[in-house]
Amino acid sequence: MENTLLATVGDKLKAKFGDAIISAEQHYDFPVYVIRRDAIYAVLQFLKEDEELAFTFLTTMCGLHYPDNKGQELGVMYQLHNLPKNLRIRLKTFFPVSDPTLPTITTLFPTANWMERQEFDFFGIIFKGHPNLKRILNMDEMTYHPMRKEYPLEDGTREDKDDKMFGR
Amino acid sequence: MSTKNKIEKVNPGNIPDKTGLEQVKPDEFTTLNLGPTHPATHGIFQNVLKMDGEIIMEGESTVGYIHRAFEKIAERRPYYQITVLTDRLNYCSSPINNMGWHMTVEKLLKLEIPKRVQYLRVIIMELARIADHIICNSVIGVDTGAMTGFLYIFQQRESIYDIFEELCGARLTTNIGRIGGLERDFSPKAWAFIDKFLNEFPGKLKEFENLLMRNRIFMDRTINCGPITAEKALGYGFTGPNLRAAGVDYDVRVMNPYSSYEEFEFTVPVGTQGDTYDRFMVRQEEMWQSLSIIKQAIEKVKKEPAGVFHADVPEFFLPPKQEVYNNMEALIYHFKIVMGESDVPVGEVYHCVEGGNGELGYYLISDGGRTPYRMHIRRPCFIYYQAYTDMIKGAYLSDAILTMSSMNVIAGELDA
Repeated sequence: MENTLLATVGDKLKAKFGDAIISAEQHYDFPVYVIRRDAIYAVLQFLKEDEELAFTFLTTMCGLHYPDNKGQELGVMYQLHNLPKNLRIRLKTFFPVSDPTLPTITTLFPTANWMERQEFDFFGIIFKGHPNLKRILNMDEMTYHPMRKEYPLEDGTREDKDDKMFGR
Repeated sequence: MSTKNKIEKVNPGNIPDKTGLEQVKPDEFTTLNLGPTHPATHGIFQNVLKMDGEIIMEGESTVGYIHRAFEKIAERRPYYQITVLTDRLNYCSSPINNMGWHMTVEKLLKLEIPKRVQYLRVIIMELARIADHIICNSVIGVDTGAMTGFLYIFQQRESIYDIFEELCGARLTTNIGRIGGLERDFSPKAWAFIDKFLNEFPGKLKEFENLLMRNRIFMDRTINCGPITAEKALGYGFTGPNLRAAGVDYDVRVMNPYSSYEEFEFTVPVGTQGDTYDRFMVRQEEMWQSLSIIKQAIEKVKKEPAGVFHADVPEFFLPPKQEVYNNMEALIYHFKIVMGESDVPVGEVYHCVEGGNGELGYYLISDGGRTPYRMHIRRPCFIYYQAYTDMIKGAYLSDAILTMSSMNVIAGELDA
């Protein structure tokens, strides 16, 4: 059943958006689609408003950072849920760290408001059109986005603690 | 988190200045800082409210006062060390968070968990749910001025914590269970405690209900207080008792059963108006349902082979200490687990459980290293608390307090 979900949603998206759908894979119990950035808003809107798919519930979203993927360093994961049919899918989109902008989806899902603020706070992803894009959990005076991989959890200048062998 | 202090004018409308009464502008609003530390908010939340007399015109929530960067810390810890972080999310029901995390990692590792362990976990999780709902519902009583119910029912929460103490040694932040099972079997004393609780609790819960449920004053105070429609609640990402109070029968235990919940008979209570009274009633009924689930789970445990409390996964489940000292293989496994050297597959996984407040989800990306590459927690409180300012618009200040306590906003889960 899971693979058919991957195929049905994937086929519908491919028919509508063509090559904006970069990949479709099954990760454990979730179909995961990677979408090109310029189409992400249209895809989410389509998934929400299509009568058959009706993914009307945004479960969660979170930022991703892969510093080694040059040109595609930052990303955002969206997780949608069709409550009546109990179908869940995940969407991802990636973009360069030099241009970390995405369209806001608060107009589609009001719950995205704080989620987007959180990802702005931690990853510095700028959601264009967001009604109130400012830091939410960290203090306003903070000048960096701490969840990015270049900020290690511990102070890298310390010499009394050698973590080369253990810990990432 | 905003640190700006927003008291600009204190009650300018009613204070006549020196030049005379013609300067008074009656349509100006008062700005009131509710929080960050306020005895009625049960945690550290700030709400800057724009008041017209006693009526709230507008509000702005500020969160993040106890932000502890769990998602960042988790990127540096082996999987078994992340359990203690989950304790501190919704600290009123830590065992559910712990179990959710274990199940997420087990899903990533594709471990098969014995049925008996799954039932034991259900017992622990439902006890935690009862403890969580006891706090929320009795505090709704306190906020309406009814202290008695709170004092009576809290003895039962104490009994639940005694059970947890017997099971794992800790009471509030339990760190209960391990990846692959539980750290130890239920002792005879623990079973005796559970029996005692099951005998005492229905009477006490009934007593609590008699005090509040059909109490005219309580009903007048809570009905139509902080209502939310089902559409709005879904839009704001509500889950758990708060969504069910609005009339949507979404329960993760039924929709995406985990830990063998599909084998249990229970009903999902729903409300109609999504107001404080409905939220109270939904939680009240869920406690009765949890009680019945625990009884069913005990019956099921009796049918399973005794003494099984973990899966046979030496790569992830610590061997008994006695064997570590005397057995080479056990020593190797012990070392591998503690140093985080066990092989973890590459992959990404999302697993959600029905926490005390709703869908608690863990999203985990593993790159095969000893720590997660990325861990994200879907915290129900964080997601539904953003509706709060919308819900209290046009309400009295005292109703706003009641709305917050009935939504069961827990600071630990809010800020992670």
